[in-house]
Amino acid sequence: MRHVLSVLVENEPGVLSRISGLFSGRGFNIETLNVGPTLEEGVSVMTITTTGDDQIIEQIIKQLRKLVTVIKVVDLTELTSVELEMMLLKVHAEDAKKAEIFRLLDVFRCKIVDVGQDDIIVEATGDHDKLRALVTLLQRYGIKEMARTGAVALKRSLQLD
Amino acid sequence: MPKSGAQILLECLVREGVEALFGYPGGAIIDIYDQLPNYPLKHILVRHEQGAVHMADGYARASGKVGCALVTSGPGATNAVTGIANAYLDSIPLVVITGQVPTALIGNDAFQEVDIVGITRPCTKHNFLVKDLESLPLIIRRAFHLARTGRPGPVLVDVPKDIQQKKMAFKFPSDSAVAMRSYNPTVQPNKQQLKKAVGLLLGAKRPIIYAGGGIISSNASDPLAWLARTLQIPVTCTLMGLGCFPGEDPLFLGMLGMHGTYAANMAITNSDVMLAVGARFDDRVTGKLATFAPHAKIIHVDIDPTSIRKNVRVDVPVVADCRLALEGLKEIVESRLAEKDWVAVHAPWLGQCKDWATQHPLTWKENGGIKPQYVVDAIYRLSKGQAIISTEVGQNQMWAAQFYKYNTPRTLLTSGGLGTMGFGLPAAIGAQIAFPDKLVVDVAGDGSIQMNIQELITAVCNKLPVKVVILNNGYLGMVRQWQELFYAKNYCGTCMDAQPDFVALAKAYGAVGLRATTKEEVEPVLEEAFRTPNTVIVDVRVEREENVYPMIPAGASLTEMLLV
Ligand SMILES: Cc1ncc(C[n+]2csc(CCOP(=O)(O)OP(=O)(O)O)c2C)c(N)n1
Ligand SMILES: [Mg+2]
Repeated sequence: MRHVLSVLVENEPGVLSRISGLFSGRGFNIETLNVGPTLEEGVSVMTITTTGDDQIIEQIIKQLRKLVTVIKVVDLTELTSVELEMMLLKVHAEDAKKAEIFRLLDVFRCKIVDVGQDDIIVEATGDHDKLRALVTLLQRYGIKEMARTGAVALKRSLQLD
Repeated sequence: MPKSGAQILLECLVREGVEALFGYPGGAIIDIYDQLPNYPLKHILVRHEQGAVHMADGYARASGKVGCALVTSGPGATNAVTGIANAYLDSIPLVVITGQVPTALIGNDAFQEVDIVGITRPCTKHNFLVKDLESLPLIIRRAFHLARTGRPGPVLVDVPKDIQQKKMAFKFPSDSAVAMRSYNPTVQPNKQQLKKAVGLLLGAKRPIIYAGGGIISSNASDPLAWLARTLQIPVTCTLMGLGCFPGEDPLFLGMLGMHGTYAANMAITNSDVMLAVGARFDDRVTGKLATFAPHAKIIHVDIDPTSIRKNVRVDVPVVADCRLALEGLKEIVESRLAEKDWVAVHAPWLGQCKDWATQHPLTWKENGGIKPQYVVDAIYRLSKGQAIISTEVGQNQMWAAQFYKYNTPRTLLTSGGLGTMGFGLPAAIGAQIAFPDKLVVDVAGDGSIQMNIQELITAVCNKLPVKVVILNNGYLGMVRQWQELFYAKNYCGTCMDAQPDFVALAKAYGAVGLRATTKEEVEPVLEEAFRTPNTVIVDVRVEREENVYPMIPAGASLTEMLLV
């Protein structure tokens, strides 16, 4: 199963390689990894999406917690959380197809951030499934390039069950 | 008065309780060496940096203190890596100080520069590159704190040369400054879990204690022995755990796993409740996981949460310091002692265990030449079980584990996790530094001893009366045994019959060299070695193709033992 882990770390040199080294050294899988600052100086947050059965996910979380530079690990999958990812896509768009593509992008509430001669750059934000659907649909027009941030996520304040 | 980084570092070491430093100098560490004579630190000049780290490791295993090694940048640091990885896999507390090129040159492929922090990231508990002098004292304090608390392990501190030279006013950081918000090992056991554990233990018909190195590192032997004896539960140990429970105790079943005893492996397989303490269900212990202790409810006590449920399902996990957990169990058991007559309750199970032990005891056949098992047994008898034994790796190591009875913790020093040939001699030297008056014996193989033979001179010139007993079979014996059993006797690359004259070699180093070629010679020669106040090598020409039994082929079940 896919899990989203939010990992608070001391912002020290080498901390990223400690984390990525842990995943590669122990054969764990990283789907996406996103690092950024938090409101607290010296602390960064990493959002890691990974896959594995329960036992593997348990090991990943424990191994992360064991790293001396890791302050906190939360498995957001077990909580109600908001999870978003941003993506930029350069899509092949001949004039004849433009209107059709624009309508599609409208449905997905994407922004067009650049228009070239026969391509456009699309900015899309959404959860994993939405972005996957979008990529699938745009593939038939031809995706020339793609850049993705990987997921970022926050736990909702109201945890309804 | 301002002090240099080198002075500050050495003062921190002294204040952390370091007495002995195992090291080797070089350009990037020369400033520290320059100051070394001004501090009350015994420096042992080694002959190879791997030796320095193994010595610090042997010192730490024997004494329970943090071992400390000092090496230069580049090749000095890379030579230390095997020693560091070895300590990491066996959870031995070390602080390794490496010199580094000056800060301004880092990243420039400067002379003797390697990214040792990068290289050792996966084989240290933690490591530090000191980026400014101000942070040095706190880093050193934290390094010791990390090494000795929680699950112990090696910590590396990389100190650039300019930081060793710079000066500042020095204040030793307070204990409260040492604390880290990101490092809080759980040491106190959860009471509810302990109650559940006692519930299982007291309801068991066929209980067993499976004890590992965590008992030794947490000094938990006393509550372990109390629990085992009070409830009449048999005990088996891992290689790393040997000595944590008296080897001569009637409740002791011997080591378990690949070369464990018949009784231990049968008892594990037939147990209904297993108390695993300070052990990690390593593949050499469990064999095939699917058939490991199939009937047992498992209580697993360990300070490292990652050890729990890593390999086997666990019914009652207890994350805690093993000593505190066992003391907690003791308290609860004490309040329920009157419930049953434990001697009577477990008599049938202990009787069964005893039957297994008499059916297939650890033994050997007396035929042909000198049997290596006999040599280890003779070492045991002649040292009255009072020696500190280090081992190399291979058959020698397994025979040392099987045929010497370790009655107290910290008397067997062996490379368990990494299986590092060349560990035994430097480890013995480190132990002898910690205990100058004890008999320290390295049970060695003819292959392994050549991996750090250069440290013989370190022993000789420091007047350390270490005894090296080579079980000389002219083979990389353990590999040859696998070839014999599983590779159709294709002895490729394992015959070592071209070897140095170990007696002459001992003499060349200024040590005493002795040899035994017949069984009759073994005891007199060992007696002479143990009597001699010098470093001694004893070359014992043992039966060449003797095998270690019992043996469970890799990946097979614990009951699929090949017996003598
Ligand atoms: C550094 C290192 N290299 C290789 C091995 C693989 N290995 C394990 S046991 C062994 C043979 C050891 O030979 P020897 O020291 O003569 O011991 P014996 O088994 O003959 O008692 C080898 C090569 C190892 N454990 N460590
Ligand atoms: Mg050999």
